[in-house]
Amino acid sequence: MRTLQLGTSRIGYELKVYFRQGDTVFFTFLFPIMMLSIFAVAFSTSGNIGTAPDGSGGITVASFYVPGMVAAGMLLSGVQNLAVDIAAEKGDGTLKRLGGTPLPVFSYFMGKIGMVLLSSVFQVALLLLVARVAFNVELPSEPSKWLTFAWVFLFGVITSCVLGIALSALPRTGKSATAVIIPLVLVLQFISGVYLNFSQLPGWLQNFASIFPLKWMAQGMRSVFLPASFEAAEPSGAWDLGLVALVLGVWLVVGLALCKMTFKWIRKDT
Amino acid sequence: MTTSPVQVRDLQKFYGSFKAVDGISFDIHEGETFALLGPNGAGKSTTIEILEGYRNKTSGDVHVLGVEPSRGGLDWKAQLGIVLQSTGESGNVSVVEQLTHFAGYYPHPRNVSDVIEAVGLGSKAKTRISKLSGGQRRRVDVALGIIGRPKLLFLDEPTTGFDPEARRQFWDLINQLKAEGTTILLTTHYLDEAATLADRAGVIVGGKLVDIGPIDAIGGASARVPLVRWRQDGVVRSERTAEPATLAARLYAEAGGEVDGLEITRPSLEDIYLDMVGNHSTALKTAEENA
Repeated sequence: MRTLQLGTSRIGYELKVYFRQGDTVFFTFLFPIMMLSIFAVAFSTSGNIGTAPDGSGGITVASFYVPGMVAAGMLLSGVQNLAVDIAAEKGDGTLKRLGGTPLPVFSYFMGKIGMVLLSSVFQVALLLLVARVAFNVELPSEPSKWLTFAWVFLFGVITSCVLGIALSALPRTGKSATAVIIPLVLVLQFISGVYLNFSQLPGWLQNFASIFPLKWMAQGMRSVFLPASFEAAEPSGAWDLGLVALVLGVWLVVGLALCKMTFKWIRKDT
Repeated sequence: MTTSPVQVRDLQKFYGSFKAVDGISFDIHEGETFALLGPNGAGKSTTIEILEGYRNKTSGDVHVLGVEPSRGGLDWKAQLGIVLQSTGESGNVSVVEQLTHFAGYYPHPRNVSDVIEAVGLGSKAKTRISKLSGGQRRRVDVALGIIGRPKLLFLDEPTTGFDPEARRQFWDLINQLKAEGTTILLTTHYLDEAATLADRAGVIVGGKLVDIGPIDAIGGASARVPLVRWRQDGVVRSERTAEPATLAARLYAEAGGEVDGLEITRPSLEDIYLDMVGNHSTALKTAEENA
């Protein structure tokens, strides 16, 4: 009971600190929205994507990029934000201080994950609003699509959080955290169909990207935001939502195991 | 029979072949302020961090509030106040936000605004911690250490970066906590601070406890013999004697009037400490060279 109360109090505290940090707000919160705007504006004259020979079924560049940016936002809010944030807190003594108080470890993580969940819901809402209003992207109206959106989003964000916490053990100092984490996340975005059209990547790269969760998050989101005519362009010719759930589930379990093995309040006896 | 809040028996901590702490034993009694003194790298912080549960010991028996620190749970931590040697960063919240948040961790916290006043940050309560000076941030550390109404308070070099006025204010605060019955373990490089605040002190050199006792008995009686200094024929003379007034009277008689440059001083804790550390460091070096 006390653990949950303190966890709730941590969520409020974390959100406050998060939105007061100009650089994280820019690089994790607003980044997908900014990238969508850049792509939409840069390619605004290049015509529709996926137009059939008879001239039907095409979508604008902005519409095409929406699912990738939604997935990127999930990854950035979870993996990049938490990995850098927790590594920095390890480095600057915040974790050591918390470790000397009666704050349960669970409440600490509840605060982090709650902060990511709330901020990423806000992020995706803003992203979709910008897409709709500024770039006239048509959003799905079928409830079943929004149901798919909800579970892929929730599952993806939580898996990202857990992986972010696990990755926070990687940087050796708080200062090197961004230098270690951001390239990893950036490369993943390029090979997973966020910035580049996944169906046009070479097969071996598609297979390699399929090991990691981002490709599946992006695929799940394509099934929500792209018309059915795009399904055939997927590597397997289908949205494969069952596989999306399976891969995210496996990464969630792997991430939890890594967290359990690597997380410590302080680097004891180094 | 009540057990002491802190009991340390034959504590050892080795890093490979380096003996950071090499067989230390001491008790801290309930309500007492105990100062752990020693040069940098003597093993003070290692000892204190073992007591706080941050480091594991190599061997020995350690009990803090009746619990072996490496097994201390949340209820145990709720009774401790810890002011670490280095400041923890939490720049983007204000002093009052940070303290209010931390107060929520504890079952019987102190009043937040009282604590802010007590550490002298009343006018900075709404300022973000990142905008405070080093000494002011240190006061936030102290405030966070006492917000939970601890039974046992660890202060690891708490006044580093304080100006003289802030230090006096801090001493008042500690005396107030002592009056409330808080047991305190203090490390400091300011010997006047130890002399003012502590009831007893232990001196650590090279991982070993070289002396322990009440503040006014550290170093033994011989280290406290007063020093009489005067000038004779332009040369400064000095003599240590247990009967300084007798010597001064004799000098007065010999000079047939006031004695030039006469002063009588008792060695301060700092003089005694420096003597002790100097002697032991030399002894350690000799022992190493002979080994």
